Amino acid sequence: MSLVVNSTNKKNMAAKNQVSKKAEKRILMCGNEALAEAAIIAGCDAYFGYPITPQNEVTAYMSRRMPEEGRVFVQSESELAAINMVFGASATGKRAMTSSSSPGVSLMQEGISYLAGAELPSVIVNVMRGGPGLGNIAPSQGDYFQATRGGGHGDYRTIVLGPSSVQELVDCMQLAFDLADEYQIPVIVLADGILGQMMEPVILNKKPSRKLPPKDWALTGAQGRQQNIVRSLWLKEGSLEQHNYKLRDRYEQIQKNEVLSEQYEVEDADIVVVAYGIAARIVRGAVTKAREEGIKVGWIRPITLWPFPTEQISKAADEFRIFLTIELSMGQMIDDVKLAVSGKSPVVFYGRAGGGVPAVDEVLDKIRQLTIK
Amino acid sequence: MKTVFKRTPTLKDCPTHYCPGCGHGIAHRLIAEVIDELDIRGRTIGIAPVGCAVLEYDYIDVDMIEVAHGRAPAVATGMKRTNPDKIIFSYQGDGDLASIGAGEILHAGHRGEQITVIFINNAVYGMTGGQMAPTTMINQVTATTPKGRSAAAQGYPLQVSELLVTLPGTIYVERCALSSSTAVRNAKKAIKHAFELQLDGAEGMSLVEVLSPCPTYWRMSPADAMEWIEKEMTKVFPLGRLKG
Repeated sequence: MSLVVNSTNKKNMAAKNQVSKKAEKRILMCGNEALAEAAIIAGCDAYFGYPITPQNEVTAYMSRRMPEEGRVFVQSESELAAINMVFGASATGKRAMTSSSSPGVSLMQEGISYLAGAELPSVIVNVMRGGPGLGNIAPSQGDYFQATRGGGHGDYRTIVLGPSSVQELVDCMQLAFDLADEYQIPVIVLADGILGQMMEPVILNKKPSRKLPPKDWALTGAQGRQQNIVRSLWLKEGSLEQHNYKLRDRYEQIQKNEVLSEQYEVEDADIVVVAYGIAARIVRGAVTKAREEGIKVGWIRPITLWPFPTEQISKAADEFRIFLTIELSMGQMIDDVKLAVSGKSPVVFYGRAGGGVPAVDEVLDKIRQLTIK
Repeated sequence: MKTVFKRTPTLKDCPTHYCPGCGHGIAHRLIAEVIDELDIRGRTIGIAPVGCAVLEYDYIDVDMIEVAHGRAPAVATGMKRTNPDKIIFSYQGDGDLASIGAGEILHAGHRGEQITVIFINNAVYGMTGGQMAPTTMINQVTATTPKGRSAAAQGYPLQVSELLVTLPGTIYVERCALSSSTAVRNAKKAIKHAFELQLDGAEGMSLVEVLSPCPTYWRMSPADAMEWIEKEMTKVFPLGRLKG
């Protein structure tokens, strides 16, 4: 399935997939390798990474494929170095990315803040694992706060994409590079250990790119022009505030133009389940079963976690419905759901953490408990 | 009248923010002169550190980036690997390179990145108010060693150049000083050589350490600071070509 904005028409989606099937070869790949190949197809010039489970397949795949394509691969000495190598390559106008998992992404936060401040396009993949601390290497969605709240210091945002299948992970890569270039912003692809590890059939194809602005700010050597400076320091009184306003205006454009979500049978629903990423896959199964039992339940799946589909959820909350948020965490995205619902309807939560993954029937039970007997 | 000295074009004509007697201005001029002499302004990208020289791009008129504290060698790696035809140099102080960025400089050298590093050693953190640096001398009084640095409590001055020499990935390491006109001429020769190696595609990192005065936080007159480099600093940080 490709990215769909508020898709409620299943027939259209099925038709779209059939066309793709005829035109493109479907191959079986694990998420980590598929995202790596998708990045190459999207024109990634340079990959920098440091080993960490459960995303090691990305680094290993890139170490082989990037040189084959005549592109750059460097295994860095740390995540600090990796994100700063991205910073350097991006500043020269190249498409650069890194990938890591939760503890490694914590180390990258300094660099992400600098990328945001210096307005450098970049793509960071986080194949989330359990935390806090060293946690474990099992799947988790515990980095939602870190990804959507900035994570590093200062007043900034990053675009955050939360794919829920290997195909969508693939589609997110080109979207991530395009969004990064269009808005000069770091884009985080927030996957998890399941998505990274599991194998699914995928279609790898180059999609038409957006019309992107020229990178006239890039450091290419000041041949026949004035020097370009890439900076995040604004010392002159009032200059940083002006810079903050400029970033805010851009963030508002992103919120206006780039929200992606999907919803299913919300119109007549008494219960709306909100989930993203791999949790949404489980929710999908549970909701289908609940419908078979006659429970009026639907789901909303944010695809962009920032910008969050606030309007879509708010609209659904205009009529009284119970919102059930399902996450592989102790409750993080629920904050955004509550902000969107804004007190109009109740918002309840069920989640598992530390590598616990709710079964379909577990979620189904939670849905049943919310029905009015 | 014959012109015996003039500002080189790549050095901007502007007032300086550096303290009287500071070495950064001299070091900036040497780099600008080398860039002009080698005619590489149009293909050079410079990396400014966190520290007093963070505004280096206000003085040196090439494409420049300002990076997180200590991370310049990683940024330089990202630039050079994706732009092998460009000349990439970083300009880093002792806090930046020898303390918070010790990992990055070690590994950039270890990988043999084809970059040029100008390492300004003034034995103190300047911008933050004169705290102890890894290169602070024994008995040197700083904001954080009020009784002077003691080896027992704070360790010995870190000789980064000597460490980097041990790496196969470094091809040229030289330590110079800005303490006299002769020393400044030698420093320029070293900086030029480091850039030339990169221009020639020599396989490895080149680093020039520059002993530079900080009269403000050494609490000395500019003249005494120059003398202190020659009499004291060079005992721990001997001048000369260490490698290459």
